[in-house]
Amino acid sequence: MTDANRDEVWITGIGLISSLGEGLDAHWQVMAEGAKRPTEPDLARFAPFPVFPMVPLELDRQIPRRADQRQMETWQRLGTYTAGLALDDAGLTGDLDRLSRMDMVVAAGGGERDLDVDGQILAGLETAAAPEAFLNERLANDLRPTLFLAQLSNLLAGNISIVHKVTGSSRTFMGEEIAGISAVEVAARRIRAGQGDLFLVGAAYNAERKDMLLSLAMGRTLWKGEPRTVWERAASGDGGMVTGSLGAFLVLESRAHAEARGKSAHARLGPVLSGRSRRRPGEAAEVARKQFEEIRPRLRGDAVAVLSGATGIAAATQEERALLEQLAAEGLVDGIRASQTLIGNGLETAFPAQVALAALAIARKGFYLPSDGTGIERPRAAAPSQVLATSWGFWRGEGMALVEAID
Amino acid sequence: MAKTRDHLGRPVVAVTGMGVVTSLGQGLDENWAALTSGRSGIHRITRFPTDHMRTTIAGTVDFLFEDEVRSPVLTERLAHLAAEEAVAQSGIGKPGDFPGMLFMAVPPVEIEWPARRDFYAGTDPALGDAYDRMIAKVFSLNDADTFEFALYGCVADRTADHFGTKGAPISLSTACASGASAIQLGVEAIRRGDTDAALVVGTDGSVRIEGLVRFSLLSALSTSNDEPTAASRPFSKDRDGFVMAEGAGALVLEDYDAAKARGATILGVIRGIAEKADDFHRTRSKPDGSPVIAAIQQALDDGGVSIDGVDYINAHGTGTPENDKMEAMSLEAVFGERLAGIPASSNKSMIGHTLTAAGAIEAVFSLQTIRQGLIPPTINYVNPDPAIPLDVVPNKARHQPVSVVLSNSFGFGGQNACLLIAAEPA
Repeated sequence: MTDANRDEVWITGIGLISSLGEGLDAHWQVMAEGAKRPTEPDLARFAPFPVFPMVPLELDRQIPRRADQRQMETWQRLGTYTAGLALDDAGLTGDLDRLSRMDMVVAAGGGERDLDVDGQILAGLETAAAPEAFLNERLANDLRPTLFLAQLSNLLAGNISIVHKVTGSSRTFMGEEIAGISAVEVAARRIRAGQGDLFLVGAAYNAERKDMLLSLAMGRTLWKGEPRTVWERAASGDGGMVTGSLGAFLVLESRAHAEARGKSAHARLGPVLSGRSRRRPGEAAEVARKQFEEIRPRLRGDAVAVLSGATGIAAATQEERALLEQLAAEGLVDGIRASQTLIGNGLETAFPAQVALAALAIARKGFYLPSDGTGIERPRAAAPSQVLATSWGFWRGEGMALVEAID
Repeated sequence: MAKTRDHLGRPVVAVTGMGVVTSLGQGLDENWAALTSGRSGIHRITRFPTDHMRTTIAGTVDFLFEDEVRSPVLTERLAHLAAEEAVAQSGIGKPGDFPGMLFMAVPPVEIEWPARRDFYAGTDPALGDAYDRMIAKVFSLNDADTFEFALYGCVADRTADHFGTKGAPISLSTACASGASAIQLGVEAIRRGDTDAALVVGTDGSVRIEGLVRFSLLSALSTSNDEPTAASRPFSKDRDGFVMAEGAGALVLEDYDAAKARGATILGVIRGIAEKADDFHRTRSKPDGSPVIAAIQQALDDGGVSIDGVDYINAHGTGTPENDKMEAMSLEAVFGERLAGIPASSNKSMIGHTLTAAGAIEAVFSLQTIRQGLIPPTINYVNPDPAIPLDVVPNKARHQPVSVVLSNSFGFGGQNACLLIAAEPA
């Protein structure tokens, strides 16, 4: 084996669920073949904010025990379900020997609350004679013991261990988009360094919850009304993001490990780079340009396609757009698409989903349809053999990964 | 110059700085003096009213702010104090320019009740349910500070800004194993050669009413409120749960050769790391202890140390009936008859369970144990549990040379992490 081979990280399993459907075919049909999307953005339930809702799932298929389902809140169910899809796709379901050595890096938020209890307590506090004592009494009586476990960030990973028997190391990264970027990056670095050869990496996000919208509304990050494309939103005032329910898990594997078990891959994961800036004008683009230059020696001659993780928040989206247009003008990239136009922002899940969609395009030897009226998403003539996936967090954190065909 | 390598040919990871804050005080000296004199930092909770609470005690850190602050604000302050002490001791970099990555164990973030009440107050019921009303209010407030502190990545990002660490920081949560997991990430990064130095912090300033209720509902907390300093009783027959606590521990990790080359004092090395997930239950360990046993065994293997090479065990020792029994059983399975000769004490008997920070704080104390040849006791050990055959260093610190420590950290969600911490290689 050459040194280059030893360095290879293969994407051998993908689990993906969103408002566009379940699995790779469903996403390909809508995003690349123009099929009608199975759900429409929900404008009513969380008005004034639109949300991309999860398609209905048969949870029993991946989480067979109802007792397990009851112990989770929605984001954990989405994640545990998606992890199961990824393991199925990688041919690892039930392979207890390999699963017991499989390492896990999960990106997670958490804190999914019982909104009814919160509402009742807030109403009661207004008239309570002794508000603090009232709060204590209500919390002690009204919180379900199991809710805490459904709120803890690391309990998505915990549930994956229980349901799917993934029991190597288990780490959970927090921190919105950058958590998902770092999760993929650390797993890839560990594989390249021989610190593990089989990883389950991913995240899930339930956008259909007002407690998260409350946090995001504080920073005025959310778009109101009809979603439109990320580029159009960014061109309208301060712009805004639309959140979407999303689950994305990847099975990452050293090439040697995959070949030894006779498993082919969707694609190869090239460099994965995380970065940060304070987001003063130009800083995020500077980080991203450096990332691009680091990846550049790996680029083949045919101009890399770009799957942008732009959120639609004006400042960052316009800055990324300018950088991508510059790279296109230099002939370095060809074909720019923004996935959040179709699936929304899944925060911690955004980057794993970007990598999944990039790998899907490589595997299907095609690319996604333009979905934009502002002129940046232009048709691409030939199928790309390399796709650059980007993700700039709605607050901070910039990531970039190269996903490519295996020659 | 020959490169220093461990038994598996990997770079050696040195510790060149450490810092700590707990309910016992600020700074390593203050903490160490209290810890080795068997003093408890546990006290009655005064931060919020405890009416209707079965547990009214904790190891909160109350000496940093005059007024009540939000959890992430305290969490950040604790982290910065511990990290400043660690960075100063190591002498690495320049102020605001730490030449390495940041790995940070931080508690999950939530909007807290005082804020929730503020958001709700004075809103129009016609706007919809409580959350609709709060959303309308916060949108009009547009308060950037409140927004940022409600983000999961905020504390680590601000810490990265403050210390000038390189690259994107990692915010980590593996429940009560978080501090140890953060150290493992730093060790792995240095072993890979990704960075020559890493700032590793475990911090937790999140004792609030709802957290207290949550752990209480899981029957995890001691209700021995009458005598707070005697409430945390790891390994005792009458132990009745852990005591929530706050604090932070910080370590500067460096590639051993790089640290030597710049003339740094080597405080010790992180010799072995291991982690093994449990698939049995969300809060309980597999009855046969196999994941904990595997984690301990893997730490020994990773560090190239036999059971005879371990001089001291810094136990997880929470004081819950379940944990202490499981931990002792697993140690017995690995160490066999040798276990009787290895002192194994719990810092939590004095500082309580510092949750997210515990693994980092206890790593600091493990290093200090090696450096001082003095083992902190397990206090409140009055009624030994005959089912737990450990030498818990009862009630009084013990002078004894120590060069290799096993430090255990276990958490909800099947998290089992072990560190093997050792003196500088001869």
